[in-house]
Amino acid sequence: MITITHYMVLSAILFSMGTVGVLTRRNAIVVFMCVELMLNSVNLTFIALSSHLGNMDGQIFVFFIMTVAAAEAAVGLALMIAYFRNRESIDVEEFSLLKW
Amino acid sequence: MYDKLWLIPLFPFVGFLINGLLGKKIKNEKVIGAIGTLAIFSSFVVSCKYFLQLLEDSNKVHEVVVTSWMSVGQLQVDWGLLLDPLSALMIMNVTGLATLITFYSIGYMHGEEGYFRFFSYLNLFSFAMLMLVLGSNALVMFVGWEGVGLCSYLLIGYYYEKKSASDAGKKAFVVNRVGDFGFLLGLFLLFWSLGQKGVWTIRFTEIAANAHLLENGGLIVTIITLCFFLGATGKSAQIPLYTWLPDAMEGPTPVSALIHAATMVTAGVYMIARMNGLFAMAPDTMMVIAIVGGATALFAATIGLAQNDIKRVLAYSTVSQLGYMFLAMGVGAFTAGIFHLLTHAFFKACLFLGSGSVIHGMHHAYHHAHLDDDPQDMRNMGGLRKKMPITFYTFLFSTLAISGIPFFSAFFSKDEILWWSLSSTRGHWALWLMGALAALMTAFYMFRLVFMTFFGEQKTDARAKDHIPESPLVITLPLMILAALATFGGLMGVPHVLGQYIGHFPNAIENFLAPIFEHTQHLHHIEAHGAAATEFTFMGISVGIAVVGIGLAWLMYCKKPQLPGLIVAKFPALHRAIYNKWYIDEFYDAMVVNPTKKLGTTLWLIFDVRLVDGLVNGVAWVVKGSGRALRYTQTGYTHNYAMSMVAGVVAIIAIYVFN
Amino acid sequence: MEYLQLFFFYLVALVAIVAGFCVISCKNPINSAISLVMTFFCLAIFYVMLHAPFMAAIQIMVYAGAIMVLIIFVMMLLNQGAEVIARYRHAVIGAFVAAALMMVQIIVLIKQGAVSATVGPISSDVIETVGHTELIGQALFTDFLLPFEIASILLLVAIVGAVVLAKREV
Repeated sequence: MITITHYMVLSAILFSMGTVGVLTRRNAIVVFMCVELMLNSVNLTFIALSSHLGNMDGQIFVFFIMTVAAAEAAVGLALMIAYFRNRESIDVEEFSLLKW
Repeated sequence: MYDKLWLIPLFPFVGFLINGLLGKKIKNEKVIGAIGTLAIFSSFVVSCKYFLQLLEDSNKVHEVVVTSWMSVGQLQVDWGLLLDPLSALMIMNVTGLATLITFYSIGYMHGEEGYFRFFSYLNLFSFAMLMLVLGSNALVMFVGWEGVGLCSYLLIGYYYEKKSASDAGKKAFVVNRVGDFGFLLGLFLLFWSLGQKGVWTIRFTEIAANAHLLENGGLIVTIITLCFFLGATGKSAQIPLYTWLPDAMEGPTPVSALIHAATMVTAGVYMIARMNGLFAMAPDTMMVIAIVGGATALFAATIGLAQNDIKRVLAYSTVSQLGYMFLAMGVGAFTAGIFHLLTHAFFKACLFLGSGSVIHGMHHAYHHAHLDDDPQDMRNMGGLRKKMPITFYTFLFSTLAISGIPFFSAFFSKDEILWWSLSSTRGHWALWLMGALAALMTAFYMFRLVFMTFFGEQKTDARAKDHIPESPLVITLPLMILAALATFGGLMGVPHVLGQYIGHFPNAIENFLAPIFEHTQHLHHIEAHGAAATEFTFMGISVGIAVVGIGLAWLMYCKKPQLPGLIVAKFPALHRAIYNKWYIDEFYDAMVVNPTKKLGTTLWLIFDVRLVDGLVNGVAWVVKGSGRALRYTQTGYTHNYAMSMVAGVVAIIAIYVFN
Repeated sequence: MEYLQLFFFYLVALVAIVAGFCVISCKNPINSAISLVMTFFCLAIFYVMLHAPFMAAIQIMVYAGAIMVLIIFVMMLLNQGAEVIARYRHAVIGAFVAAALMMVQIIVLIKQGAVSATVGPISSDVIETVGHTELIGQALFTDFLLPFEIASILLLVAIVGAVVLAKREV
């Protein structure tokens, strides 16, 4: 029997992997994909709990998360293009203008 | 009917705003002067209208609330204006004299730096003074009270690049603070003690109506009135707070005439008259006022005997005359005090403006001859009556008035004060003696001034002596008007004894002010007793005193000019003491000013430098140090920030896990 | 049957995890992207197993389809080669430690907590008779109408923003 716990543990594993990716990768697009991975792991939790509780709300939430992810992808990628145009690079380690 | 009363203070305020904000741009002296004069003149016209209206009106007290100011607990304060015979006389006095003096200033201040500044201050002063006299409650009066103090400070220090002028301004301000402190304490105590009886109010009409709730002659009422009187001594330059007024002569002469002779310094007298019901209930305070007034009149007159600066003589004369007014207040002769206030405003304004005219001429001559002498020193004058005839005659009439020569204005007012100081139930022969001696000295030093300035040989430096001109019409016209007022102004208060001999000539001012003082005087048994014959006798004595004073002055400064030198040689210590103003300033410096300074310095070194600065610097040092340490965490790398976020998430989840 | 289901779940989960690991470890971003698509497919399978066929469909269409295609387009546009893995080794170690700590904590939390029993009316039977898409639609256009409209505005803003940002001259 597949329980809700199975899905949630899987989701936790995927989420942590996404975190590692965000923290270690230097290519901004890969970082962005890792964020998408984290979002998807959360979506899995939502849908698993929604189906377990017999309630549609979780799935509606996922629906909106997808919408926001799409918008984020559009804006984020546009930002990267703009940044690349200026700096000839999308290496996250070169994003260091916030320094003292 | 009286609802446009607020126009009276509004006009000068608008004038102040225009000249103060735009004056620097306008530049044209004529325009600036016209704006200033027009503003106060409009106010004068409105005042005349309401004054005449009030004369006809059977109801003599009108209160107009412009708008509510604040409402705190039991305290309700409105921007309220009060028009009654007393304030009506005062607004006529203030607006009329301010108009003349502002007009005079157009000529006198010609070519001075900061011309617009002068006129905007003058208008601001008029505004504050009108608020003071028109205010229907003590707080509005206090706003005016502080406002005139501020303007006085600004105008005394008008030549602020001159150290003595800015010092004099500061001195006036600080000394007045002492008095204002008394005023406020009195106000608080009055508000509280009336509140204890169930009436929370600071409105003058209500204070007057409810004063009887306080114990007649009790401790509370005595303390309240003494506090108010302390305020009055500061503003009106009485012992012990008179020292600022002579120094205030550092300001331009029109300022001395308007603020330090005719209007502001009489605010204390006005305030006591305004609260006469309260003061009449405190016989002890009244006695203090009478003694202080009489002593000031005498004391200031002695100093005036030996001063050589033309304006300083007039300044001490002002202090002395204000003493007379307080003497009148103290013996319960409120009407006589206000009457003397008005006549004094006329002749003293004329005297100051006349001295201004002389200084103007002397300054012009010295300037022409490229000399750097003091244009105010009387020892360099003499024989000016030929050079400046209009100034001379107006000055002479005013001097006759102040000396108390019959049928000139101060004859009536001063005589009435002297008569009351003797005959009132609160009077005493010692008070009369002080007043009479002061009158003798007044006649003497004023004619000394006239003889030294206008008679005798011209002692001006030969290079300058032929270049002293008569002042232009803009200066002499106000002089002539004021001299006329000083001469005939006394007719508004002809005493009954005289009046009945010249066809039942009424004592107009007494009738007019009756609604305000009558009640108080009957209630508290302040009335004169004595026969008409006695009154005539004392009138004769005071005229005699005046003539003796004038004669002495003539003897010493015209007939035998060597006589003063002989007297000085005979009593060198006395002369030195008088010449140095009895060393009062030095005494205050040693007793009050220097210890305060020392205390301030000590506190500064201990508290300010060590504690306060230490705290402030310490805080800055801690912030700087922690900032320096913490800035290494700001690497600028996105990864590091993300890492901190993750660490935060881990920490938050940890709370759930371990709970 | 149940063991078969469980076996299938573990199989797909393994694929998802391996693909996810590839996403974060491949040096070439294109490989990362392909692996991510793989993860998305695995998740879609889970959605089907959870009786949410509509979500599975849009997972494939929107994520695996639209978003990933967009990402790959941008990669080709920028033409980035393989990257060098993070310069600072201790930073990488720190990231792994933090993520592992987080994972352990979450799993502990899941084990500690008890999920309540079924409360809502939507059972697998209802979904089969009414249809998943219709249920979603009903919820979306009744209870969640306002957020839905706001989402449309968000998308519009994103479109405009993307155009403005990516344009050469504004």
